Amino acid sequence: MQEIFGRIKKRAAELFADGTVTRMVGWQKGESDYDKTPAVFGPDMKGFVYDGFCGANLSKYLINLSKVEGRTLVLLKPCDSYSFNQLLTEHRIDRDKVYAIGIDCNGKLDINKIRALGVKGIRSVAEEGDEVVLDTVYGSKRVKRSEVLLDRCYCCKGKDHVAGDEFILAEKRVDTTTTDRFELVKKLEAMTPDERYEFWRGELSRCIRCNACRNVCPACSCVKCVFDNPALGTDSKANSDTFEENMFHIIRAFHVAGRCTDCGECSRVCPQHIPLHLLNRKFIRDIDELYGEYQAGAEVGQRGPLTDFAKNDAEPGATPDKGGKK
Amino acid sequence: MMYKIRTERLPELFALAAADKALYLPVEQGGQVEFRPWSEGAAVRFDALNTVRSAKDLFFPQTENLVAFRTEGKKISIIENADTGAPFGLMGVRSCDAKSFEILDRVFLAEPADTYYKARRENGTVVTLACHEPEETCFCAALGIDAAESADGDAASWIRDGWFYLKPVTAKGEASVETVRPLLTECDGADDAAVEAEKKDIGAVIGQLPFSKLDLSRFRGENMLEIFNDPRWKELSAACLGCGTCTYVCPTCQCYDIKDFKTGDGIQRFRTWDSCMYSDFTKMSAGQPRLTQVERFRQRFMHKLVYYPMNNDGLYSCVGCGRCLRKCPISMNIVKVAKTLGGEQNDEQ
Ligand code: SF4
Ligand code: SF4
Ligand code: SF4
Ligand code: SF4
Repeated sequence: MQEIFGRIKKRAAELFADGTVTRMVGWQKGESDYDKTPAVFGPDMKGFVYDGFCGANLSKYLINLSKVEGRTLVLLKPCDSYSFNQLLTEHRIDRDKVYAIGIDCNGKLDINKIRALGVKGIRSVAEEGDEVVLDTVYGSKRVKRSEVLLDRCYCCKGKDHVAGDEFILAEKRVDTTTTDRFELVKKLEAMTPDERYEFWRGELSRCIRCNACRNVCPACSCVKCVFDNPALGTDSKANSDTFEENMFHIIRAFHVAGRCTDCGECSRVCPQHIPLHLLNRKFIRDIDELYGEYQAGAEVGQRGPLTDFAKNDAEPGATPDKGGKK
Repeated sequence: MMYKIRTERLPELFALAAADKALYLPVEQGGQVEFRPWSEGAAVRFDALNTVRSAKDLFFPQTENLVAFRTEGKKISIIENADTGAPFGLMGVRSCDAKSFEILDRVFLAEPADTYYKARRENGTVVTLACHEPEETCFCAALGIDAAESADGDAASWIRDGWFYLKPVTAKGEASVETVRPLLTECDGADDAAVEAEKKDIGAVIGQLPFSKLDLSRFRGENMLEIFNDPRWKELSAACLGCGTCTYVCPTCQCYDIKDFKTGDGIQRFRTWDSCMYSDFTKMSAGQPRLTQVERFRQRFMHKLVYYPMNNDGLYSCVGCGRCLRKCPISMNIVKVAKTLGGEQNDEQ
């Protein structure tokens, strides 16, 4: 990644110098090696980094950056490029205001997984080939990179970008996919309704309604969210009963159905490690089955199966005789 | 007097303590550790440092009913349905969380006292636990809090070499220890030495943590306007999502909203945590006074580092627990704010 980072930095400097872009949205070095904050940079690119801890998807920041003067350089990992396309399809980003570089990704690291291995008091973290080397106040430790990746990286959509004005890629691409992304969905489908209810109650009862999942989600781009309406009685902070915790997530999952690219940000940011992506993946799987395979964000201008109409559309539920399978 | 019990016998102690009142402990569920009521077989995690939500939940819960109204024709009846609970015990509280109670007390117990909070404070007995292995995100030391021995709480505890040491501090603590007394052994000089050694070890680790020497001295009343008007708030808040994570996991965040839930034939009035990061925070008929995320973000840190200490003898409204460092989705937090705006003395840290 060091080499990729050097190339990105060099290319960004050229784009600043020739006036193609006036700013760049990237990741900034924080207080520790694993601490990376999305940030907007000027030509000096002070504190800019790109490494295994740059998991945050930057595409949603372009909604606001589209509204300011000048063109923004954005760095997109392969999975981020799907979100980027989806936002373009929904006219939330002004394409002319953006210059996108698709950058290489060999899987992003999950600090929580590292901590779950019993690593405490981290002083420094270094990536050495396929290992992560940790120095802590309680001694040092090496862990395999492949053991501590973000969940989404084990079901990577592939290391090719679906958007970008140019690309900075490694010669040898690392495939991190090891699991079928529907594996857990299938497990949930196989449960009885009661078991499934118990599973989700167990997970969702931890929710603190912090809204991080919603606010980070590139598909949640409403100017004013229904849950921010104080007149509704169920606005953002009112975690008043278990019904609400459930309904918030179910309503949100329905609203992003067909638009969710499965970028995995919701589960990454959840302070309670609730596997929110499983709700979305269930919808994706149903859509695939009912309307044919569909990947949101694969192309700009796609007509989403749930927002498009065709005479032979499946009508699940009510009228199975019209082709609904269930 | 200090007492001890083998750590493998702790479940017996929990069972006895929980016999006549609820006992809250750090319990793991779904991989996350939270303060939960003890029950047989609960996965108590005294080794996990900080729970996701802090211990403030027990005194100032995320949502609580205040009162209900019911209408029948033209008649409105008032139904008292606040639940301020019964006596309870709380064990495994770290020094940082224990200190947060003082910060909350100064808000909720100031006259006129918040009766809901006050009742829970009186109901609760707090047993603190020294931090065997502090983490890099901990900076209690920078706020004058001792991870090795809490100055707050009704009893203090330590774990070392398979022993759990328990020392009552207040009369309430004495009374609680008395209820489990049959299981405890009185400590002798060797035990005192073991606890002293534990404290020393903790102190040594704290000394090595990266933010232990964070210098907050610039954050004081006379610099209020200068800090408030600092242009760097803009870059600090640029990536902030405006979620409520930092405020909801924080032991010292104390803002709340009172809302009415329509029940069909009446209203349930409840209190819920609020977050200054939200768009409807302190919204009035004229709108939200802080229109942009920069202003909302600034409010959180100005409150913790400047306004609160101005009104409370210089006490910061942060206990250095590090939860916001670990949980912010974009990795922005009070340490970064303090280092950026706290003056040059923090540059080398
Ligand atoms: S991020 Fe997690 S805790 Fe926060 S609202 Fe979403 S599911 Fe709930
Ligand atoms: S600072 Fe972080 S946790 Fe707090 S509102 Fe902003 S993004 Fe959310
Ligand atoms: S501001 Fe952060 S470190 Fe300070 S008490 Fe709150 S959560 Fe803990
Ligand atoms: S901040 Fe200090 S008191 Fe709190 S958990 Fe960390 S070491 Fe313990």
